[in-house]
Amino acid sequence: MSLLEVRRLTTAFRTGRGEVTAIEDISLDIEAGEILGVVGESGSGKSVTALTVMGLLPMPPARVVAGSVRFGGQELLGLSEMRMERIRGAGISMVFQEPMTSLNPVLTIGEQIMETVRAHEGISARAQRERALEMLERVGIPSAARRLTDYPHQLSGGQRQRVMIAMALVCRPKLLIADEPTTALDVTIQAQVLDLLMDLRDELGMAIMIITHNMGVIAETADRVLVMYAGRIVEEAPVAGLFDRPMHPYTRGLLDCVPTLEQDTERLVAIPGGLPEPGRRPAGCRFAPRCGLRVDACAAGMPPLVGGDGHRAACIRVGAA
Amino acid sequence: MSMFGVFLQRLASAVPIMLIVSLMTFSLMHFIPGDPAAAIAGLSATPEQIKMLRHDLGLDEPFVVQLVTWYLGLFRGDLGRSILMGQPVVEVMLFRLPVSMALAAYALVITLLLGLISGIFAALRQNSWVDQAAMMFAMIGISMPNFWLGLLMILFFSVSLGWLPTGGYIPFGEDLVGWLKTSTMPALSLALLQVGLLARITRSTMLEVLRQDFIRTAKAKGLKWRTVVIKHALANALIPITTVIGIIVSLLISGSVVTETLFSIPGVGQLLTQAVLNRDYPLVQGGLLMVTAILVLVNVLVDVSYALLDPRVRHG
Amino acid sequence: MVDQAGVEELEAEAPRRSPFRVTMGLLFRHRLFVMGLCLFGIIVVAGVLAPVITSVDPTKLAMRFKFRPPSADFIFGTDNFGRSLWSRVMWGAQLSMLIGGSVVILNAIFGTLIGAAAGYFPRIDNPLMRINDALMAFPAILLAIGITAVLGPSTFNAILALAIVYIPRTARIVRSSVIVLREMEYVQAAIAAGAGHWRILRHHILPNAMAPLIVQLSFLFAYAVLSEATLSFLGLGAVPPTPTWGNIMAEGRQYMTDSYWIITIPGVALMITVLGLNLLGDGLRDLLDPRLRIQQ
Repeated sequence: MSLLEVRRLTTAFRTGRGEVTAIEDISLDIEAGEILGVVGESGSGKSVTALTVMGLLPMPPARVVAGSVRFGGQELLGLSEMRMERIRGAGISMVFQEPMTSLNPVLTIGEQIMETVRAHEGISARAQRERALEMLERVGIPSAARRLTDYPHQLSGGQRQRVMIAMALVCRPKLLIADEPTTALDVTIQAQVLDLLMDLRDELGMAIMIITHNMGVIAETADRVLVMYAGRIVEEAPVAGLFDRPMHPYTRGLLDCVPTLEQDTERLVAIPGGLPEPGRRPAGCRFAPRCGLRVDACAAGMPPLVGGDGHRAACIRVGAA
Repeated sequence: MSMFGVFLQRLASAVPIMLIVSLMTFSLMHFIPGDPAAAIAGLSATPEQIKMLRHDLGLDEPFVVQLVTWYLGLFRGDLGRSILMGQPVVEVMLFRLPVSMALAAYALVITLLLGLISGIFAALRQNSWVDQAAMMFAMIGISMPNFWLGLLMILFFSVSLGWLPTGGYIPFGEDLVGWLKTSTMPALSLALLQVGLLARITRSTMLEVLRQDFIRTAKAKGLKWRTVVIKHALANALIPITTVIGIIVSLLISGSVVTETLFSIPGVGQLLTQAVLNRDYPLVQGGLLMVTAILVLVNVLVDVSYALLDPRVRHG
Repeated sequence: MVDQAGVEELEAEAPRRSPFRVTMGLLFRHRLFVMGLCLFGIIVVAGVLAPVITSVDPTKLAMRFKFRPPSADFIFGTDNFGRSLWSRVMWGAQLSMLIGGSVVILNAIFGTLIGAAAGYFPRIDNPLMRINDALMAFPAILLAIGITAVLGPSTFNAILALAIVYIPRTARIVRSSVIVLREMEYVQAAIAAGAGHWRILRHHILPNAMAPLIVQLSFLFAYAVLSEATLSFLGLGAVPPTPTWGNIMAEGRQYMTDSYWIITIPGVALMITVLGLNLLGDGLRDLLDPRLRIQQ
């Protein structure tokens, strides 16, 4: 049994033009202690997947159409809000992209970390403070004791993201979902934060699902990679396999434009065209309209994920090759 | 900067405004078409009476002398004498102010309670029937003339049901129940507009705050929704909401003029209406200046509490 | 935030039509705006048609008909002098529209002039805004009362007083849009290209500052009507026997125990006007300028 098992998950949004599917038929596993990278352009459904797992999508307009999310064997979909609150922050935590806006501006750093402890563990205020302090030191905030009474605006962007990480990890979750944790940071700070995450993974033995559009981040951190395109998984592989032998034309395109840590592209220039809008996705392979290797059969139906040795892709050429 | 420093700084920035305000109030009497003294004295006055009045008001002095006298008086806390009452304006005003302040405070409490609560619930249940009902109520509130509401309340609660007196006033120091009986209808009719305004602003501010990333963070930490709303959302929403308290107080003062007249409450509003109707210009001038000064002070306090609530301002 | 970029794009896409027609189309789909337009429309029509739809002079005394409740003969009943309330309320509508409209026009002219001057020419910004702030420091109705006290009660003076009270508020709104627009690149480019101030203001700045102004003016119309009613209720507006909603209610007040219609009917008319204008303003704001908050 994996730590997190997502099966055939489909989430849709109600819009002015009826319901639009954001992610479709997503299946993934995360083992304890593993780092899973999820990569794709913005709008590919990475964040929706993460937020569905966390139960953080506003419903309505969002709706889980089908599928299952099991965490440590327990089904999360349909769990009462009260039981879900116990899992958030203690079982699964999340770090968001924008450290500038993700912290509450009117509460001190210390309070924001301590209230997480308070929500999950019945320990004294003094013990809460010690835990917060310990965690702040662990994530590398200098003179942490003094920082406890600081407000978010008094910290730099990198420090805020460290605080976010401290906040997420203070209750020792088994799984951390990091949604573009370094995108908003300077390049040098990015590497530091990634190193910190890897160190903490080793130390605390937690699994990490790292969401990014940056192949460089994947190469640095991930054990295994999922590539998402237009709401679907198009390729799944161990990180070495993906970089050595990308199977899906889209993955190849991603690798061709080589966005390294230093050079980061939100939209892919190497592949002509843009991501199809949800609701206007083509029949058959979603990538077909942009694909240089397109044949008539591509439009016929959605190709399934096929392959062996944990390396699979959703392209009709995979079986044929 | 210390809080007291912030207070002093805001107070200092109010000084030029008050200088212009006092100059405008002073000039007011000089805009009376024709001879102010004749206008005050009325049609039946003899030329001697007018002349004496002109002298009493200092209107026979050159403009500059009048201006200097006005400011010298201001600094000594002297705003002239009321013609109607024959007493110093400041004394007359200080006698009436507690009545108006008690009424305004009552109305403000009603405003904050009803306005904040309905605004918050509307935001939390956006587009539900609770939201629509609250917003319809708010819309009616901001559209209903307060004196008309007062009239309808008198018609209903006093005339038809006989529950409450149609007017009059019992000071709260003398008899609290009596004060509540005489002040509840005035306070309610006075508060309605502000309740609607505050409910609308609270709702839109809360909706904006609830969309913020840190709300999602708070939920992701596993906090209870109630905690997220009260501790995280409301604490942030209160900052912009504070800024409208000044507007609310200003509207309360404006509204109290007609409310006090309608319910025969011997407050500042009624006093100034009387002063205007009886052409008691010194009282109009002095009263206007004092009320405006109080309002400016309220706005200074609002600014300070704004700084108090927002750590980004507090810690520069 | 949530991965919604695609969803928003989807909603944003609309068939290409002229911006004006798109705006009008959206406005007429805004249910509350249409409701506001209808309510306000009723009062405007009543005001315009007052001479046609009333057969009795609103000031004509007829003591033998006094205190008649609404009936087939007197649709709205009569007051303490036997005057037809129907006539008085309709003519009152005309006066309310006249006063509200005049205050709005004066605000549109002087508010724009002062606001644009202050926002565009930094040198005069400070002195103008100090005077503006001082005028705004007075509680609105009290200042209006103070001014009418000096000038004496009359329709014209009520318009003047309300204009003086509200122009600073309008000027402030125009000024803040002008300041933002002035820093826009296309305006800076026009300045660099040597275009004259007047030309820049007229062609580049003012047209783009119109949206918040229009929203403000529709709310302002509501405040003006409401304030005028308050003034005349206090006996500081148009002088009786000229019928205004405010003085009809003031006179009816002593008789309200038995003749409730004298105070209720003008109140309903007043409320329809203000409600209509507020709904109208809300609709315009939602559409033209969603960032603008509820103004005083």
